[in-house]
Amino acid sequence: MSNNSVVNITNLLKQFPVGGDYFTALSDINLNLENAEFMGLVGPSGSGKTTLLNIIGGLDSPTKGNVNVLGMELGSSSHNERANLRKTKMGFIFQSYNLLPVYTVFENVELPLILNKVETQERNRLVTQAVDWVGLSDKIDSRPAQLSGGECQRTAIARAIVHKPTLILADEPTANLDAENSHHIMNIMVRLNKELDTSFIFATHDEKIMAYLRRIIHLEDGQIVKDEHFDNPKSGKN
Amino acid sequence: MLFNLAIKNLIGAGMRTWLNVFVTAVSFFMIIFISGMYDGMRSHAKQVTIDTEVAGGAYWHPQYDPLDPFSYEDSHGIPPEEIRDLIKNEKAFSILVSQASIYPSGRMMPVTMKGIEPEQSIINLPTRSLLKETDGLIPVLMGNSMANYTKLKVGDSFAIRWLDANRTYDADEGLIVYIMETENFKVDMGTIWIPLERAQTMLDMKNEATYITFAKNISTVQEKGNWIYRDVDYLMRDMEAMIAADEPNARIMYAILLALAGMGIFNSQILSIFRRRKEIGTLMAIGMTRSRVVGLFTLEGGMNAFFALIMTLVLGGPVFIYFSMYGIPLPIDYTEMGLIMAKRLIPVYTMGLFVSTTLFISFVVLVLSYLPSRRIAKMKPTDALRGKVV
Ligand SMILES: Nc1ncnc2c1ncn2[C@@H]1O[C@H](COP(=O)(O)OP(=O)(O)O)[C@@H](O)[C@H]1O
Ligand SMILES: [Mg+2]
Repeated sequence: MSNNSVVNITNLLKQFPVGGDYFTALSDINLNLENAEFMGLVGPSGSGKTTLLNIIGGLDSPTKGNVNVLGMELGSSSHNERANLRKTKMGFIFQSYNLLPVYTVFENVELPLILNKVETQERNRLVTQAVDWVGLSDKIDSRPAQLSGGECQRTAIARAIVHKPTLILADEPTANLDAENSHHIMNIMVRLNKELDTSFIFATHDEKIMAYLRRIIHLEDGQIVKDEHFDNPKSGKN
Repeated sequence: MLFNLAIKNLIGAGMRTWLNVFVTAVSFFMIIFISGMYDGMRSHAKQVTIDTEVAGGAYWHPQYDPLDPFSYEDSHGIPPEEIRDLIKNEKAFSILVSQASIYPSGRMMPVTMKGIEPEQSIINLPTRSLLKETDGLIPVLMGNSMANYTKLKVGDSFAIRWLDANRTYDADEGLIVYIMETENFKVDMGTIWIPLERAQTMLDMKNEATYITFAKNISTVQEKGNWIYRDVDYLMRDMEAMIAADEPNARIMYAILLALAGMGIFNSQILSIFRRRKEIGTLMAIGMTRSRVVGLFTLEGGMNAFFALIMTLVLGGPVFIYFSMYGIPLPIDYTEMGLIMAKRLIPVYTMGLFVSTTLFISFVVLVLSYLPSRRIAKMKPTDALRGKVV
């Protein structure tokens, strides 16, 4: 495991109790992610993408194996330590946006900064910047119900990047979007990756996303079947 | 920080919040309203007792025991001079108590016969009616419950039989001169009122009395002989005891109302957690610890109650003020049930009632907001995110 390592997983096993039995969702997962990677977990539905993403995000715990994320050994960390890691160094993007419906775009994006106790002025600056980045400045006072799907997902991206995290986890971020919006948000993330060296892990089976990835890990039935690296022209980085 | 978020969540939820707040406010209103009515009843009952019976206090003949009718035979005498002076100055008046039997329409009924100075104005009883010319019959004043019970009307006459000082039975004809509307059953049920002098003559107890009731704000006499001074507190003892005996009822009522309010809060809290589980998962993913999420929801519940309290004061305040000025008309006549109740009840809203209700309810609300929120702490973030409930 190199010093540059963002995620390092060895011999991960994840089982869910089902009835009196166990369902194995992930097994024999070994994986190392360097800084500033733009990587996708790709596989059919039920192959374990979300489960792996959740474990990396510390939202779920491994049954066996070691998971080290951003220098923290998740298996031996407390709930609060993991929450703190997410708060300071990670961003999440979900398929269904998960915006807080009663908050405006500004307030949604501001939330991670409030949790990180950033002071008001700095908060305003960072929110404005992030919202500008995703091109939603004119919608900054709108509520999610007034936004299109693409705009919601852009708000979610702004929320995920506003505190300049090291690692962003995105679970099927384009699944609810049309082609145009999908490309739009992928371009935003490529730019982020380039300019801020933010690492990205996508869970997806969307061909459009794959065209942007520089690394694809193929999952099938909870196992890694292929780990590919590309010089992807669309990602704009080699 | 949690505070700002909670405010934002509540304000942001708009109509839903105000509906919740309104429902809670209605419960608060009912609690304060009914407690106030209860306090009003009790203070009214006390007021009526003082007004129609107790006044400033009394001096009792040493043998007098109002609960033991057999004591009446011996509990009469001429009061000490200083007390007689009070009477002369119209700061006190005599009552002569004896046992008697009346025979309305042939039935016999034991009663307490009280001779009272008709000209007195210290207690609020229509004793002047006893001055009416009756052609030698004994003028009798009684309360309306007593009149209903005996089926007697003004102008009816009936036989009265009593035991005089020489322990010989005597009888004469009484005439109802007045039937008084009274809320104090103690001057009503089982009692007939006749003029003091007439009673003294009938009983052969010239100038004697059983007890002397004196006006409010009269200082106690120096030379009261062996007569016993009874202050207002003492004379109100049975009233207080009745109120104390009623206390469990008041508590139960309070508990029921509180339970209703509590159920509303508990319910809306459960619902809110159920509806917002995805939000809870999101907050956890963004890095909020479980305990903070629990804190946030508890705070929201607590603030909901706080808003409700303000709403109660703003919307309910004028109602409270109106009722405490003009009273609440009561649909039923409770006096026959042996209760002292006004036809128009003036509720009493004390600062103490508001403060204790507020403090107590705030505590209950915090607990009721916390308990359902606690289940958040047991939620797995992944389940919450998927909208699954545990
Ligand atoms: N909490 C859970 N309990 C039981 N089974 C689960 C749970 N979460 C996921 N699974 C199962 O694990 C497998 C992988 O799920 P998931 O990681 O969501 O797949 P993907 O995201 O690739 O579609 C699926 O078969 C799913 O049913
Ligand atoms: Mg999935």
